[in-house]
Amino acid sequence: MSKEEKKVNRRDFLFTASYTVGAVGIGAVIWPMIDQMNPDKAQQALATTEVDISSIEPGKSITVLWRGKPVFLKRRTPEEIAEARAVNLDDLPDPQKDEERVKEGKDEWLVMLGVCTHLGCVPLKDKGDYNGWFCPCHGSHYDVSGRIRKGPAPTNMEIPKFEFVDNNTIKIG
Amino acid sequence: MSEHEYTPKSKAGKWFNDRLPLLTLGAHLTDYPTPKNLNYWWTFGGILTFCLITQIVTGIVLAMHYVAHADLAFASVEHIMRDVNYGWLIRYIHSNGASMFFLAVYIHIFRSLFYGSYKSPREVIWIIGLLIYLLMMAAAFMGYVLPWGQMSFWGATVITNLFSAIPLVGDSITTWLWGAYSVDNPTLNRFFSLHYLIPFLILGLVVLHIWALHVPGNNNPVGIDIKKPSKDTVPFHPYITIKDAFALLVFMIIFAGFVFFTPNVLGHSDNYIPANPLVTPAHIVPEWYLLPFYAILRSVPDKLGGVILMFSAIFILFVLPWLDTSKVRSAVFRPIYRQFFWILVIDVLMLGYVGAMPAEGIYLVLARVGTIYYFLHFIVVMPVVGYLEKTDPIPMSISEPVLTGVAEPSIARKVNDKI
Repeated sequence: MSKEEKKVNRRDFLFTASYTVGAVGIGAVIWPMIDQMNPDKAQQALATTEVDISSIEPGKSITVLWRGKPVFLKRRTPEEIAEARAVNLDDLPDPQKDEERVKEGKDEWLVMLGVCTHLGCVPLKDKGDYNGWFCPCHGSHYDVSGRIRKGPAPTNMEIPKFEFVDNNTIKIG
Repeated sequence: MSEHEYTPKSKAGKWFNDRLPLLTLGAHLTDYPTPKNLNYWWTFGGILTFCLITQIVTGIVLAMHYVAHADLAFASVEHIMRDVNYGWLIRYIHSNGASMFFLAVYIHIFRSLFYGSYKSPREVIWIIGLLIYLLMMAAAFMGYVLPWGQMSFWGATVITNLFSAIPLVGDSITTWLWGAYSVDNPTLNRFFSLHYLIPFLILGLVVLHIWALHVPGNNNPVGIDIKKPSKDTVPFHPYITIKDAFALLVFMIIFAGFVFFTPNVLGHSDNYIPANPLVTPAHIVPEWYLLPFYAILRSVPDKLGGVILMFSAIFILFVLPWLDTSKVRSAVFRPIYRQFFWILVIDVLMLGYVGAMPAEGIYLVLARVGTIYYFLHFIVVMPVVGYLEKTDPIPMSISEPVLTGVAEPSIARKVNDKI
């Protein structure tokens, strides 16, 4: 190679500048094409659901749909709460106290996404080895607090953002 | 491509061919020198082309009647089945056609594994073929979602949730795939769009697959390089076309048997229940052609580990040409590899079987044994056997076993040696 070819010249600058501007331009066009696939405004508008819980007896649960996903609302009996709190945290794959999964003073209400954290199936209630839920798809067992105990699921069932509007109404989302 | 020059006979033909050499291409495809010893395992390329065209034609017709909306999709499929003229026939051809497509592609892939068709100089053909196979799986999965039955919905949920295993960005990716916070109408819409697109991508790759094939020419059951054209080759037309046509006819009889006599045997009755996001069917299984990979996924007690292993099971095939260290292509001359090949066949069939069974007890044990062997076969057996194995003598040409009157090519050389 001769010396002139190695030297950085005006043409190299033009090439680099053109590539850079071109890359920015392509990125600016590609991003809208990617982002259009994210949840749209209509989907986001469905972000909250209010549920009347006055008719749920202790020990019973209902399932409501929130953002297309089932949410379990369970009114637990004192025995079930005691059982959930008696568990040694060292026995849990994803250690979390039962107290952290409910609202303080509303300990009987367990509100959680009824979605198995493995691959998204809906677990069946009052089944499995731990008196809680059992996912029929790949065999994950959850306890009365919805915590994973056995099987391929990596984490406890998720607690969504929720609040008590009054004593009889829960707002999810 | 073709070495020899071609000149159209008619003046108009010559005029056109000078401007766009389509007639040259046609002549190349007609005269294409093909090994004369190709057996019926080589007819599946043609059968697969037929399958692709069948899926595209029936799919375009079905799209004229189908509605891609969560509230209407299920009813529109029933409308196709009950109201549309011959709708039942077209849909059953399309749904069973997917299974027949996979049946043919698996035979095609194992043919390649047995006769070493993936080896130099045909690596690119192999890799393009695997890309086609990946797209086929994507198309089949999305197509299965479209009727919006229970299996559609929960199959889509389970498969898209595989991506949530990716650390950090997993959940964002799943939401992005869904276009919602669960599998919902936006998911159905985009799956329909992509399901319509993918077959045409496959068609493009098929053109590249055949193009790449026509550079070195076909492998053959003996697996040796041949001069072309020579005594060892015959023109593609009419010799191979007629053989392909006969095989296709037999294949179509089996195909028609499914369509007319047991159109639902390969499906799941749960998919005739409309999708319900509140209830998961008790026993979720994918379509039969994905079962071996499903068994691998479930054999690992860890979410991310299972997903990684399942994808590795497919992607390991891409480096197969470099994992196989044997210089000899055809397993006909590889006494040790030949046995491992059949173990692999049995292993994959077994994985498919346990994939359909509940993941517990003996099935889980079998799934784990099967998974371990699957990977051992490619990572250990192929490099080591290729290195250590003493292969049988290889004939000098294809004509040799024929001309010496010995049917089994592996002993042809020994007979020749005596002479």
